[in-house]
Amino acid sequence: MTLDLTYYWPFIKLGATDVWRHKTRSFLTMLGMVFGVGSVIAMLAVGEGASHQALESIKRLGSQNIMVSSVKPAGSVSAGSAQSTQLDVYGLLDEDDVRIRETVPGVADTVPARMVRRAARYNDRALDLRVVETVPAWFEVVKRPVLAGRVLTREDCEARANVCVLTEFGVRNLLAGKKVVGQHIRLGSATFEVVGIVKNETGGNVRAPDSDADVYISMDAGRRIFGIASIRWVSGTRQGEKLELSEIIVRMKSTDVVEPGAKAIEAMLRRFHKKPDFKIDVPLSLLREAEKTKRTYNIVLGAIAGISLLVGGIGIMNIMLASVTERTKEIGIRRAVGARKSRIVVQFLINTCVLSISGGAVGVVVGVAIPFAITFFSGMPTLIRLYSMVLAFGISVGTGVVFGLYPALRAASLDPIEALRHE
Amino acid sequence: MPGEEAEVVRLEDVKRHYTVGDETVKALDGVSFTIRRGSYWAIMGPSGSGKSTLLNILGCLDRPTHGHYWLNGADVASMDDNQLSDHRLKNLGFVFQSFHLIPQLTVLENIEMPMFYLGVPPAERRRRANELADRVGMAHRLQHLPAELSGGQRQRVAVARALANDPAVLLADEPTGNLDSATSVQIMGLFQELYEQGKTVIVVTHEPDIDAYAHSHIVVKDGRIVRCDE
Repeated sequence: MTLDLTYYWPFIKLGATDVWRHKTRSFLTMLGMVFGVGSVIAMLAVGEGASHQALESIKRLGSQNIMVSSVKPAGSVSAGSAQSTQLDVYGLLDEDDVRIRETVPGVADTVPARMVRRAARYNDRALDLRVVETVPAWFEVVKRPVLAGRVLTREDCEARANVCVLTEFGVRNLLAGKKVVGQHIRLGSATFEVVGIVKNETGGNVRAPDSDADVYISMDAGRRIFGIASIRWVSGTRQGEKLELSEIIVRMKSTDVVEPGAKAIEAMLRRFHKKPDFKIDVPLSLLREAEKTKRTYNIVLGAIAGISLLVGGIGIMNIMLASVTERTKEIGIRRAVGARKSRIVVQFLINTCVLSISGGAVGVVVGVAIPFAITFFSGMPTLIRLYSMVLAFGISVGTGVVFGLYPALRAASLDPIEALRHE
Repeated sequence: MPGEEAEVVRLEDVKRHYTVGDETVKALDGVSFTIRRGSYWAIMGPSGSGKSTLLNILGCLDRPTHGHYWLNGADVASMDDNQLSDHRLKNLGFVFQSFHLIPQLTVLENIEMPMFYLGVPPAERRRRANELADRVGMAHRLQHLPAELSGGQRQRVAVARALANDPAVLLADEPTGNLDSATSVQIMGLFQELYEQGKTVIVVTHEPDIDAYAHSHIVVKDGRIVRCDE
């Protein structure tokens, strides 16, 4: 046996003519392979598409970060008179921020933020924005491109200056085409100067710390102007909230200390908060979780795909066994002329591979087309990775070899005298 | 190596016994003869005489259970399957009663097949196949499939294929069994030509007409040689 193509070529040609001669039979046999390979690629594309989106949005949260946020506890205690004003007091405190920064090992930095929805005005335009009262470090942790001007600085905080940073979205909807930096907008009752614009990215289904409709002001200015209580009118009653911090983004020194850090923060907060009014999200854990889910998903898909390929392979084996019987005489002739058994094995293996590879090739085309159709008709994200195509195609070739081996060996083991006599 | 250079086939007390149940069937029971290079032999015998078994052994498709068979100097009795295959490929040219051409292959490809297994390069293969087709008078049908040919034409192609690797022995099994008498005469004429060109020809037949073409004769009966004359 040689690796010379001139040796295999006549068999490839013979295999191809054989496939062509039995068009219907070959087509039906190949269908198993086509759907097997096609489904592997399509399923992996759907799985990859879904998990890619999830993983990307988790990664945007930062794998070194821990997100601690305030949660309004169910059935919260009313602090005011039930008749008129309900004032809920809950959530993270400035002290929590200090405690996390100073007592939890491995913390690099903390970014406290308070978020309240307020109406923003520019001349006669109004827009409902989320006012994020935070510290300059926010912009280091939530890395977003600065489109114009600058972000908040320590000086802004110390001066408690009425300056704000808008998002692209806010600019487009509120200032529409004006030269933005240096303009003044109204937030609630106060006037703020716009000093910069950042680009925001709202990501998928995983909660990102920032949103499109953000406007950033310094925490000191926020406290001075708005205080920590907010009042809303809800169906005739005034509902008030007293909330110091909505969120603390804790940035750890390395990813290794993220999970123990999260545990330490939780233990510490539990000690100081009697009500369960906080929650902790660890992007790294989410990432791990998502990757684990993806792996499980891939295993399940792989098993299904494996079964369909197995069925396809059995179909091919069946046809090849029929073909061996049909070609018994040919085998006898070749053996009588002087072909070694191994030559017969190679011939039939190549024949099987011609079937499975052409089936696999059509399957790759089908497998690539299906995700496009899915995305086109349902809008579901799909992602075709090269590895899935290589994998599926490789499996089809492998299936051909594995399931072709038995018929080929059977063909080679025929007694030439008997085979010649076969009618 | 026993025998001389002039001997191409030598059988010494060749036996072929089959065990069927408890019984031993002696298909060949002590056959000895030698065939010189360039001679023309006929092996005759009624059906069931052991003629086919002898043919299978001469054709290296089967091995004797006892005795020795030298073909072109090599003892076939001790060969394994691969060696037997190689021996058939190099030293034997088969011509069968029912032609046994491969139906999917063209005339040219059928003639090329033994050279393909011998590893002859494609261009050389093609050249020699053309030459052989010309020699048997089939040069005008190279791209035809066997099904498109008459019986006589098919047998000519089969003879060309048998000659492809320039074998030591041309072994024909009832080569005219499926042909009408006119065509038979043509085919036997072809064998005569090959004999005259120096080929060793062995024809197995039960037809006295065909037997008459040969110059030496063996008659087999009940697994033994009952007549052998050169």
